[in-house]
Amino acid sequence: MALVFAGICSHAPGITGRAERADPAVRDAFYAQLDRMRKAIEDSGAEALVVIAAEHFANFFMNNMPAYAMGMGEEYEGPIEDPEWLGIPRTKIPGNPDLSRRIITEVMQSIDVAYAEEWKMDHGIMVPLHFLTPNYDMDIIPVNINCQGPPLTPLHRVWEFGRALRRACDEMPEKIAVIGTGGISHWPATPNSGKIVEEWDREYLDAWVANDKEKLLSYTDEDTLKDAGQGGFEIRTLTAISGLCEGAKGDLWFYEPIPIFSVGCTAAVMAI
Amino acid sequence: MSLYYVQKLLFNLNRDTAVQAQFKTDLEGLLAEYSLTPEEQDWLRNGDVGELYIHGVNGQILMHYAAFIGLEWDEYIQAMKDGLSVHGQVRDGIYRAVDGGEGGAV
Repeated sequence: MALVFAGICSHAPGITGRAERADPAVRDAFYAQLDRMRKAIEDSGAEALVVIAAEHFANFFMNNMPAYAMGMGEEYEGPIEDPEWLGIPRTKIPGNPDLSRRIITEVMQSIDVAYAEEWKMDHGIMVPLHFLTPNYDMDIIPVNINCQGPPLTPLHRVWEFGRALRRACDEMPEKIAVIGTGGISHWPATPNSGKIVEEWDREYLDAWVANDKEKLLSYTDEDTLKDAGQGGFEIRTLTAISGLCEGAKGDLWFYEPIPIFSVGCTAAVMAI
Repeated sequence: MSLYYVQKLLFNLNRDTAVQAQFKTDLEGLLAEYSLTPEEQDWLRNGDVGELYIHGVNGQILMHYAAFIGLEWDEYIQAMKDGLSVHGQVRDGIYRAVDGGEGGAV
């Protein structure tokens, strides 16, 4: 069939783990947009959901760090974190090794990716799934872009990865949804956790909505670290969706800084 | 300083229940499996999040270790702030503090 849905959302662990400490009005407005995204994915008829995430040392370490990795397992498990800490019970998540294998094979025509038949999902995937597939009844294909252990893949390669994934999705008979999940400016798990630069975020999101390739690929890691924190490296997961949907425009459903969640909470979709 | 091995121990601790059990029952044996300096071993024996932070342990690894040893979120943030206050800026890695560690949500 093809790609039937593409969007982005935040994944910070505070979204579920520190939910009670957020302003209920803002938190619930964000949750409502995530639920809107759940419905949109369901309405698309998607048979599988590819989650492009930036994991946080759940599976990969600096002894063998892939720039890109894709899951090819029968099932996965998560969260790897203490379920009470994250506010999400530990569970099994269905995979689809046959579909994974076919997508990976096609992606490899232009991008070298690692694959993994085992994958422990951390908050980077579990928080989105908690809202988007709360019954864990849709096949999930996890993707990781290394955003934690430099050197990191450059943004122009992220764009090409998105394009490669699009070609792969369009080759498949199944209906496939794809989300990218990461933060914009943030300094997570540091003494500055909760610092958010709304102006930087909105400038990035304006470029994302316009799908402005030149602007989106102009960010340097040096400037991002200085202006948006190490958490800003996760824009790779969002820019991958831009490459996936090259030529399409986005629609920003929600953006609001929620400091106790450590990130500007975001939900947006591409008109594909 | 062997930041790589400190982080590798914590990476394994965060994801492996057997390592978590060994941490509680045979910490010395666990520490001996990694190329750590005496100071690094002490930080891990003492749960010294401040020292681990300012010596460059990635926050995504460190915050789960902090939770594992029983620190609540605010206590974890405060331990890093205390480390900054006593020892100065982060020496290594990408999780350096900005604004002197001030600001944020806690």
